[in-house]
Amino acid sequence: MKRIVADVTKCMACRACEIACALAHSAAGGLLEAIASGARPRIFLEAAGRTAVPLQCRHCEDAPCVKVCPTGALSRAGDSAPVLADEAKCIGCAFCVQACPFGVIRLVKVETAHAGGPRRRAAIKCDLCVRRQAKGEPPACVSACPVGALSFEEADAVAAKSRARTAAEAAAGAGLPGKR
Amino acid sequence: MAKARSVDSAAQAMIACACDAHIPLSWDRLAEQEPQCQFGALGICCRHCAMGPCRIDPFGEGAQKGVCGATADTIVARGLLRALLSGVAAHSDHGREIVHALALAAEGKSEAYRIKGPAKLRRLAQEYGIACEGRSDNDIARDLAHKLLEEFGKQEGTLLNVARAPEQQRKNWAAVGATPRGVDREVVTGMHMTHVGVDNDPEHILMAAVRAALADGWGGSMIATDVSDVLFGEPHWLRSRANLGVLREDQVNIIVHGHEPTLSDVVVAAARDPEMLALAREKGATGINLAGICCTANEVLMRHGVPIAGNYLQQELAMLTGAVEVMLVDVQCVWPSLAELQKCFHTKVISTSPKAKFPGATHIEFHEERAMETAKEIIKIAIENFPNRDKARVKIPSESSGLVAGFTTENVFEMLGGRYRPSYRPLNDGIMTGRLRGVAGVVGCNNPKFTHDEAHLAMVKELIANDVLVVQTGCSAIACGKAGLLAPEAAKRFAGKGLQEICEAVGIPPVLHVGSCVDNSRILTACCEMVKEGGIGTSFDKLPVAGAAPEWMSEKAISIGMYVVASGIFTVVNPALAVRGSRLVEELLTKTFEKYFGATWAFEEDPVEAARLMIDHIDRKRAELGLPPPMYEVPYAPKTAKAAKAAAD
Repeated sequence: MKRIVADVTKCMACRACEIACALAHSAAGGLLEAIASGARPRIFLEAAGRTAVPLQCRHCEDAPCVKVCPTGALSRAGDSAPVLADEAKCIGCAFCVQACPFGVIRLVKVETAHAGGPRRRAAIKCDLCVRRQAKGEPPACVSACPVGALSFEEADAVAAKSRARTAAEAAAGAGLPGKR
Repeated sequence: MAKARSVDSAAQAMIACACDAHIPLSWDRLAEQEPQCQFGALGICCRHCAMGPCRIDPFGEGAQKGVCGATADTIVARGLLRALLSGVAAHSDHGREIVHALALAAEGKSEAYRIKGPAKLRRLAQEYGIACEGRSDNDIARDLAHKLLEEFGKQEGTLLNVARAPEQQRKNWAAVGATPRGVDREVVTGMHMTHVGVDNDPEHILMAAVRAALADGWGGSMIATDVSDVLFGEPHWLRSRANLGVLREDQVNIIVHGHEPTLSDVVVAAARDPEMLALAREKGATGINLAGICCTANEVLMRHGVPIAGNYLQQELAMLTGAVEVMLVDVQCVWPSLAELQKCFHTKVISTSPKAKFPGATHIEFHEERAMETAKEIIKIAIENFPNRDKARVKIPSESSGLVAGFTTENVFEMLGGRYRPSYRPLNDGIMTGRLRGVAGVVGCNNPKFTHDEAHLAMVKELIANDVLVVQTGCSAIACGKAGLLAPEAAKRFAGKGLQEICEAVGIPPVLHVGSCVDNSRILTACCEMVKEGGIGTSFDKLPVAGAAPEWMSEKAISIGMYVVASGIFTVVNPALAVRGSRLVEELLTKTFEKYFGATWAFEEDPVEAARLMIDHIDRKRAELGLPPPMYEVPYAPKTAKAAKAAAD
């Protein structure tokens, strides 16, 4: 499963990812309509001193949110499928919010009314833009990032890159020749 | 948390109060803004046309050009020019208002104003070729006002005050096409140049910024200072106090906040009116207490000794004392948050400028023709608001420090040489012998990104400990006033031996308060006098002097920095200008400018390191002039001396 990977050394804190995320998950067509309908992003630009850190669901293999959900509102279709939240099944108990180690699930007023009832709060979270993926597009936040700080990659691919970088640094540190 | 926000214990106490009461302050709003967008911080975001907004990828992978084809260099330069123009406009519009008030006074159209600085009036008239012989002050003032009003809308030639600058500076400006013409014209031309598809050459854009800034420093601001001295009187050194402790539990407290002295100067007079004082007593107060914040404070401090309640980051804190009946605001640096904050207290925020309204505030528009009437109306509102004060919620910190203020280019003459033999000779001699290492201007704002006042104090202490005399304006001066650095006693505690000797001999503090932010022009005219006196350089760029704004935030500070640098004075600022998205523009400002103006900008976060950059620069200038090293041992020894010692060892 590909995940959203953030390079915090590149993030400019422009929040374009947050805006794109909110828009991608809103039924409304445009940004202004999405803002009016209460659209909320599922990616968070958190400040760690002067460093901006984009955070969103890690789609854990052994996901605590799925385990604690009493109604099955949080689930995954298969082993390497993203963890999805079903607003219709959610009763708003906030167990998932408390269970998430990253704080990236939250209860917000959702746009769709539950069974014809009034607007209520339900859990929302990153769904890796499954609808966009179905069309062959990467998640909205990744597309929106103007500096390439966000990418959409397999964890193994990220690890491979890290190994290559570490090896290159070790070689350079030892004064050995790099690539021919 | 309060300690991370301010080094001032009075401010800390009020910040803690706000936390307890869950009242959000600037620091909380900053936290909500974080992380702030770095495109803006680097200057590589352009909103000048509707094809944008455009951004340049600073990592070089994404877009390197805006829709029009503008590079990061062009976008950064254009953005800097636009921000600077706003600062030029603010200072210069302030200057125009003062000249307008002078014209009204001269024509007898406003009873509240009369010429209180006749000596300066005549000096200026002489300089500008206005006849004085056998004429009344008002006649001369009318001609002077008209002459100076023309400077703003001038269509031909260059600004009159350019003639005040040393020849080398005038040559430098002419060589790069930066000699300022009309004050307003430079703002209009600059705005034109930054319109889509006009000037795209980064260096050429920067020279327009220099020209506009010079139109501020040697034009709008200098005129504001000169005419304020004519109209409201030339400042004379005087004692006063600064910090929230100047607010009085038993009196009606009125805070004047903003920048222009036109109304606040009249409020000072109106607050002494027996009728007003009687009314105050009737309402249970023992008197009327005026105090100031920001540069309105500095204006009325310089001329009337009105105490200072605080600087920029204390505007909300003053209201939190629960003891402020009225906060009278005019223009610049006044937060819209005040109108919201007043709802938590009995305080009334009264806006007065036709240029600045605040939703939620009471607006009593000020016009010079009926200045006294308006001043009394506002004071009356304050008095009548006194019984509404909730005594249980009043919490005035006890802190306030004594200070001496009121120094000017002209009166330093008297201080230095005595009334009968006024001269800059003792100052120049002090520098030539090495008793004084040099002079530094430390000015500018507060910024909630940095611990309130910390950088101002650290920098000024480092400078004076190393025998550098410091001159100050604006919120930086207030910071040092609150910390006791503007008191003569500070010389013994903080200054190096050489500076101490000068302070004792002349009877001055080691840090001189020369006024408001338009009064940075006093620093320029004082440098003119140092050059004229001779022996320490024939032009500004040769003088052992430097400038700094270690906590700046306003666009006016960009203009000030630019005119100071372009006048030949090395200047260090923090935060860095929003130019770091363009290596070319950053290098022009911090390196190439040396070639054009004999001075550069520098960006340095650490205030002590920044002070040392200034001292290094001063030492270099001293060496170039063939002046000896500092007379006494100093904590930060000259690098040249260190190098010589290392070689000898």
